[in-house]
Amino acid sequence: MEYSLFILIAPFFLFLVLGLLGMKMKPKVAGIIGTIGMGLCAICAYTVAYQYFFQTGRVGEEWQQFIPVNFEWLRFTENLHIDLGILLDPISVMMLVVITTVSLMVHIYSLGYMHGETGFQRYYALLSLFSFSMLGLVVATNIFQMYIFWELVGVSSYSLIGFYYTKPSAVSASKKAFIVTRFADLGFLIGILILSYYTKTFDFGTLTANHAELVTTSFAGGTFMGLSLATLALTLIFMGGAGKSAMFPLHIWLPDAMEGPTPVSALIHAATMVVAGVFLVARLFPVYFFAAPDVLTLIAYIGTFTALFAAVIAITQTDIKRVLAFSTISQIAYMMVALGVSDYGGHDGLGYMASMFHLFTHAFFKALLFLGAGSVIHAVHSNEMSQMGNLHKYMPITNWTFLIACLAIAGIPPFSGFFSKDEILAAAFHHHQVIFWTLWIVAGLTAFYMFRLYFRIFWNGKRDYNEHHKPHESPLAMALPLIILAVFSVFTGFIPFSDFISSDFMPFHTHIDWTVAGMSIVVALIGISGAFALYAKNSKQPAQIAQSLGGLYKAALHKFYLDEVWMWFTQTVIFRYICMPIAWFDRHIIDSAMNGLAWTTQKSADSVKGLQSGQVQFYAWVFVVGSILIAVLVLFF
Amino acid sequence: MIRLEYYLIISTLMFFIGIFGFITRKNMIAILISLELVLNAVEINFAAFNRFLYPHQLEGMFFTLFGIAITAAETAVALAIIINAYRSIGNININNLNRMKN
Amino acid sequence: MNILSLFVLVPILMIVFLFLSKGMKQIRAIMVTGASALLVLAATLVVLFIKERAASPDAEMLFVSSISWFAPLNIAYSVGVDGISVAMLVLSSIIVFTGVFSSWNMDMAKEYFLWYCLLSLGVFGFFISIDLFSMFMFYEIALIPMYLLIGLWGTGRKEYSAMKLTLMLMGGSAFLLVGIIGIYYTSGHASMNLLDIANHLHIPYEHQRWIFPITFLGFGVLGALFPFHTWSPDGHASAPTAVSMLHAGVLMKLGGYGCFRVAIYLMPEAAHELGWIFLILTGISVVYGAFSAVVQTDLKYINAYSSVSHCGLVLFAILMLNRTAMTGAVMQMLSHGLMTALFFALIGLIYGRTHTRDIREMGGLMKIMPFASVCYVIAGLASLGLPGLSGFVAEMTIFIGSFQNADTFHRVLTIVACCSIVITAVYILRTVGKILYGPVQDEHHLHLTDAAWYERVSAVGLIVAIAAMGLYPSGVSDMISKSVVPIIEKLANI
Repeated sequence: MEYSLFILIAPFFLFLVLGLLGMKMKPKVAGIIGTIGMGLCAICAYTVAYQYFFQTGRVGEEWQQFIPVNFEWLRFTENLHIDLGILLDPISVMMLVVITTVSLMVHIYSLGYMHGETGFQRYYALLSLFSFSMLGLVVATNIFQMYIFWELVGVSSYSLIGFYYTKPSAVSASKKAFIVTRFADLGFLIGILILSYYTKTFDFGTLTANHAELVTTSFAGGTFMGLSLATLALTLIFMGGAGKSAMFPLHIWLPDAMEGPTPVSALIHAATMVVAGVFLVARLFPVYFFAAPDVLTLIAYIGTFTALFAAVIAITQTDIKRVLAFSTISQIAYMMVALGVSDYGGHDGLGYMASMFHLFTHAFFKALLFLGAGSVIHAVHSNEMSQMGNLHKYMPITNWTFLIACLAIAGIPPFSGFFSKDEILAAAFHHHQVIFWTLWIVAGLTAFYMFRLYFRIFWNGKRDYNEHHKPHESPLAMALPLIILAVFSVFTGFIPFSDFISSDFMPFHTHIDWTVAGMSIVVALIGISGAFALYAKNSKQPAQIAQSLGGLYKAALHKFYLDEVWMWFTQTVIFRYICMPIAWFDRHIIDSAMNGLAWTTQKSADSVKGLQSGQVQFYAWVFVVGSILIAVLVLFF
Repeated sequence: MIRLEYYLIISTLMFFIGIFGFITRKNMIAILISLELVLNAVEINFAAFNRFLYPHQLEGMFFTLFGIAITAAETAVALAIIINAYRSIGNININNLNRMKN
Repeated sequence: MNILSLFVLVPILMIVFLFLSKGMKQIRAIMVTGASALLVLAATLVVLFIKERAASPDAEMLFVSSISWFAPLNIAYSVGVDGISVAMLVLSSIIVFTGVFSSWNMDMAKEYFLWYCLLSLGVFGFFISIDLFSMFMFYEIALIPMYLLIGLWGTGRKEYSAMKLTLMLMGGSAFLLVGIIGIYYTSGHASMNLLDIANHLHIPYEHQRWIFPITFLGFGVLGALFPFHTWSPDGHASAPTAVSMLHAGVLMKLGGYGCFRVAIYLMPEAAHELGWIFLILTGISVVYGAFSAVVQTDLKYINAYSSVSHCGLVLFAILMLNRTAMTGAVMQMLSHGLMTALFFALIGLIYGRTHTRDIREMGGLMKIMPFASVCYVIAGLASLGLPGLSGFVAEMTIFIGSFQNADTFHRVLTIVACCSIVITAVYILRTVGKILYGPVQDEHHLHLTDAAWYERVSAVGLIVAIAAMGLYPSGVSDMISKSVVPIIEKLANI
């Protein structure tokens, strides 16, 4: 399957062409070239997926890992070298499908959404760069290749968030996103350093082989400050994942990242890049499970907390993209929890499968939600809920597709979200009661805030729009992706995922556990009816409830003041208490010491200089006295 | 007969008067005159020693003649410098001349 | 004629022709021809080197030749190259070439380029020499023109900066001279030849103990070793564009190269025993430079402090004393040379138009001069270690290499050094965000022009080199890594 290399080369080539020659093209031409290129790429990915899943992928019962392309890129030591290659296994092939599909939808959608923007060509070039990096990330054969593409997605995300670079808020959001994830990547890098030093390899295949035997043996009980080195390394690697996947407390960049164009948010900050952390943990799952089970527990707890935390904040936000951003954080946390509670092998590995399943379905319905939100924003030119309402009259396609996505995320059967979320809840149910019940509550909250969003946008009483500026349905380029994604959101739930993806590559059988499913449907319905009661009609009730909650509401509205804490940390602690003193020290102590040296030299020169007065009479005087003294010395001693 | 000592006494006196004048005077002309005294003292010595020690040879006398000639040339140069200095700084005080080094 | 001597001969010819030239056109023609000749020469050298290396894999240095210069003291003009020197020669020729285009419109161009050629003469001579004396001589030849170039063609407090830079570097070279004389007398055979001393002679440890620190310090001053780095911010801030490029891009590499070639190669025992002192200093350099850069407001100061941080990493990696880290150090020298030259070229370009280097007075330049801004972003990304550009491969090689030292001291220092990648991101993005993005700060900037063709040549040339190294690092890495082996073997035999 060497042709899978095309999936990587095509977007990179597009990036070069659009980046270097884009300015010479008409915007429309550039957009169409980008879209067609991405389309070819998607077709290729589908072919790969078809061939893998239905023809060559399974030998006997077991799914195989193929490495069609691999070459040495840079050698460090005898054992350590970065290879670049393509690893095809169930999760990477699944990711190829997800990424190319969503990316293609976004490419098409952007033809309409970004129409007439300055920098249209640049936008498509960056989209291609992002697609390239993300695809490279998921097919990585080794952890260092992943790190390389990890950084590349970071940069493309940075440039796309800052696409409207004349807007200061966009600039600072992009900066924040990059620096926060970069900080997390530092952990990732150090983790890789530790891991690779002991195992002498970067290769995923070698690391995970035989129940991660290599990792468990090579660390041989090494400890550092009381922690086992393996735990330390894997925690640090997870830190990288937590940064990209916006886990608490590194989630702060994601809501701000909504400053980017909406299709970008759909692609990068909902469907693909933000799940990279989940993908990383999934990729190294056997290593985590066998070498450092404590870290998995940690992941489960962090995930659970993040899911709840983000859901609570999502309820209070009024910017529709921010609601979606927090909902993304919450849903990714779901996936993380699923990995955290998973066991290894067969039906015990349900959580692993559920996590990937949810990743898959979430990508489509969340992309759909974002694109729908984009369509709404396109129509009313605002992100604020208060500017919307009653849009179902004006935008039927957006209304219906958005509703489907909301039902999917809320977990109502038979939409896709129901199936994947149910598996996660089932996995949690068998693992840990506290986690399960928290997730159960989060499921209700999710349904509530999603329908709050839905009702406030599309219903919520009458709103008079300016006669000249009536909202209108979006053009075909935007409506088409919505419809396609809606179809995906409805049907992807029926894919028998456990036949394809499992923690040990052996298919297993799952069935819906109706106790858990029933509970989750009930809580989702409660959430929806709550939202219906409060928001379907314009009423004063929500405001009253908010008031009665007082401090809690206010704290949630301000995202629990975490932004302020981080701001204080970077601005005051780092900038004022570390950098300024160092700069001052450099100028006033070190440099002054050097200047002082020069000054001392000059002063001592000055004091000797007096002797060289230029007064010939003085010289003569010294000369005469000196001659007499010498004469006296010679004569008498 | 005038003895050698008398010559030496007079030349020593002239020499030290010249040195004294050279060190203490500020006026450049006076310094120049002091310098002449020093040189002439030396020339007296040359002539005297030649006369008393090697009466049949003339090297000392020649040296004296050379000395006189060179002194004359030197005086001419020095006076030219002094005149120029006077033109540029308005007086011939030696202390004011060291501003030329700046 | 030995191909290496051409690297010295070409600048000499350029100087001669410059003397005879009249008018701007001729001067430019001479400079462009000469600089291109050097570039071609460097490319030819790479090809020949690879061929020759394949033919004689055991030889430590290739193209060795020696002409006795002053026989009583065994001083000779000896030349020879290994992979590291070839890499440095390529770097120098690229930067000399692009520097010419960055100083297209200079006042007193003839005199300027005369000194410029002399500076390049010194640099090339230094990298090809394997005789301690001629090495030192070329080192001095490279330093002196700096004073005039900054003092006469600089901006701001140029006399002060030029004096400071020259004096501090001269102070360093005084240490160096003592070190070289020490090596000469204690190695037992009164030889100045590096290979002789390294392979046939031995400096007793009790002498190494004092010679190593002063030699390392002597070169370290040029490599911006903390706390002797303060000449760098002032010097760079005042220097004209091309001089900053050449200085940060090449001259600072003389320090790292010298530490490596003289201090560690000739005195491995002392490096092993005393390296930790300098390791701490360089570790401080790395983080300290980065933190200082965060609060600077002058573009050139930001870049100068970033150079302190990056060059600190070079010395840091050299002192890790293993093959991977040393390879990384040389790659970092290349990478830093290229990207910092690009930075200075662009800063010069921006300053030439806006007449300010204060980041608070600029904004939204992306809209006004898109070409220059995009190049600046690329330089920034290279600096903060984006994969696909040169900074990433160099830094990763260093970190992986450093981490192979298994003791806690080296580990902790490595992790501290790793932290610099985050701080680098902070100051790079801060600068980029302030000057390129956002609304336009000053209305007068609105009608500024984008880069002229000669500035584009310079920027594009450097970007191509940066990207080439970032995308195909194994060529560079292999060439360097093989040349590190003799030193590693010596270290292993302690």
